[in-house]
Amino acid sequence: MPAGLNRALLTVVGAVVAIVLAIAISSVAIIAAGADPVAALTAFFDFGASERSVSNNIAAFLNRSVPLFISGLAVAVGFRMNLFNIGVEGQYRLAAIVAAYVGSTFTAPAPIQIAVIVVVAAAVGGLYALIPAVMKVTRGVNEVIATIMLNYIAINLTSFLVRGPFAGERAEGQLTTTTPKLGESAMFPNINFIFDWFGQPPPTRGGGVWGFLLLAVVLGVVVWAVLERTRFGFGVKASGLNGPAALASGVDPRKMIIAAMVMSGAIAGLIGLPEILGDRGAFNSNFTAGLGFLGIAVALLGRNKPVGIAFAALLFAFLDRAQGALQIAEVPASVVTIIQGVIVLLVVVANEVTNRLALRLEERRAAQQLGSNTPVEVAA
Amino acid sequence: MLGKRFNRMAIGSVAGVMLMAAAACGGGSGGGTTASEAPSSEASESTLKVGLAFDVGGRGDKSFNDAAYAGLEKAKTDLGAEIKELSPTADGSNRGDLLRQLADAGYNPIIGVGFAYGDDIKKTAAEYPDIQFAVVDSASNGPNVTGLLFAEEQGSYLAGVAAATKSEADHVGFVGGVENDLIKKFEAGFVAGVKSVKPDAKIDIKYLTPDGDFSGFKAPDKGKVAAEKMYQDGADIVYHAAGDSGLGVFQAAAAAKKKAIGVDSDQRQTVKETNLQGVIMTSMLKRVDVGVFEFIKAFQGGAKGGTNVTYDLKVDGVGLSTTGGEIDDIKDKLDAAKQDIVDGKITVPTKP
Repeated sequence: MPAGLNRALLTVVGAVVAIVLAIAISSVAIIAAGADPVAALTAFFDFGASERSVSNNIAAFLNRSVPLFISGLAVAVGFRMNLFNIGVEGQYRLAAIVAAYVGSTFTAPAPIQIAVIVVVAAAVGGLYALIPAVMKVTRGVNEVIATIMLNYIAINLTSFLVRGPFAGERAEGQLTTTTPKLGESAMFPNINFIFDWFGQPPPTRGGGVWGFLLLAVVLGVVVWAVLERTRFGFGVKASGLNGPAALASGVDPRKMIIAAMVMSGAIAGLIGLPEILGDRGAFNSNFTAGLGFLGIAVALLGRNKPVGIAFAALLFAFLDRAQGALQIAEVPASVVTIIQGVIVLLVVVANEVTNRLALRLEERRAAQQLGSNTPVEVAA
Repeated sequence: MLGKRFNRMAIGSVAGVMLMAAAACGGGSGGGTTASEAPSSEASESTLKVGLAFDVGGRGDKSFNDAAYAGLEKAKTDLGAEIKELSPTADGSNRGDLLRQLADAGYNPIIGVGFAYGDDIKKTAAEYPDIQFAVVDSASNGPNVTGLLFAEEQGSYLAGVAAATKSEADHVGFVGGVENDLIKKFEAGFVAGVKSVKPDAKIDIKYLTPDGDFSGFKAPDKGKVAAEKMYQDGADIVYHAAGDSGLGVFQAAAAAKKKAIGVDSDQRQTVKETNLQGVIMTSMLKRVDVGVFEFIKAFQGGAKGGTNVTYDLKVDGVGLSTTGGEIDDIKDKLDAAKQDIVDGKITVPTKP
């Protein structure tokens, strides 16, 4: 069997074993909580009785996966060169509010207005990630510490901006603070038409299935192409694997650190846009927080590869979607969080185990091919 | 070498994710475990199916959400309603989807607990025009939405009267969670109440976070620091309207051997720490349970939304708790103040 196929097979088996084990462990938790594990498992696949409810739930599931996927991508770009960008959380929140505000200050034809908002979000996220990158390159500051601290600054800055300089009109009797409402031309069109293909009625939920999903797919392909098919991507990976060796072969790791961090931040800047442009039409105090941290789990689960991240994001979104269905089936919703935590932990363990297994298999194969020949000593 | 360091960090971050998950579990546990029983026979064919969506924190918060649930449970026993209550994820991202899932499952009416539902109720109500919605603490924003509001300033006025009468130092304090219009109503009522008894009394006022930053409702550490300062400066009774942060106010009161006034529910009963129960002189009750129950009852009677209902002293939508008997001796004074408000002789300001 070719080594590549072997490796892929091992990965899939590892993931399946991890998920089965996670279900088993979670079942124990469900029983301990006094509920029925079978009811819980069915609830995950219960999308409601009416066609309308099925469409709505599919939309909720897909919509949840979009920001998770983008967040996973952002974290993975840093991971690929051993950079731990914990700052995705702060980068996306700051980018989201600035983009939402800038988008509300003018009106232009839809494609232009949306493009401007997307570019602003990416620029803000990228620039905010530039700070820890420069600190690391010039002063050797650990990017983990720097980005965690910058998260606090960004989170407090956004909550100041939303109630201060960027605050918009508040409807009578409402207590949520919000930026000015975006115009119709700033809203990203939905892709509800895909439901027609399957003869389903379109979802009625606010915003339907977010069109940003398509942009996220394009983004995934671009990230894959850049990392796997360009000289820049090679430079990033080489610097991550071994800085001095990369330097010796003509890649400046310092440049690569800055480039990878800014790229990671620019992608992070887009995390909040599906929600703002697809549904809310503003950044308000109900804006979904915590996606940056979830992205770390998604990236780890997806082994830092765009395709893997897509699957991981879909899995997380699938589990999150069931929050309501589980409670309707009398199962505590916290089961979802337990399953997610257990899966991530087990997959990381499975990764390590399959890595070692694959290594051992490879060694054995190489030894067989070499026969009884002793390996050639290489001068250090 | 780099690889090893990387792995160690990866494991660290996984541990972080697990911690976050554990924290989320703590908040959400207990949500949705109550059985929705088959409707009792007297409910006839037209079954009343009531759905309720909690705010972040869900059931078991010993305060706001639990009070709403008490009203829902009363509807089950008194009106034979079939009930279902859902809690959102820790990030609150699925508030709208919970409402839709309830609507799709045939629940009508549906209640959102907390002003954070304002936006999502508006959208969902437009999508399901045949279903009646209610939102606690937020104004009606649709023809099929009822806003369930409370006259917090009236209850706080009574708290102010009690605090001023009981204060020996003529010095009291107020700790607000978030400086928004809602919490300012508490402050305005409390200050007016204190001044009605002792016009020269000193009142310390502190908000934990500014408008829009809702962390002030769950920061007991900040609540403690704020109350400690007030007690040190000579205040002997501090009233809090700060959600979970109130626990810090009680801790400060216990340490200073002074008194505090709770909020929303009868906190002398709901606070778990026995050493803190004694410092809670009284609590300003906000009867979310009454609001929820009355809304369901009115719905059964055929009421439609589009308006706000304010629960005030007249209908006992707000009031003071008497657990511990510490305000029993001033009952006459409180009853007189209450009667004056109900009769319209006193108009309590809603803005400080």
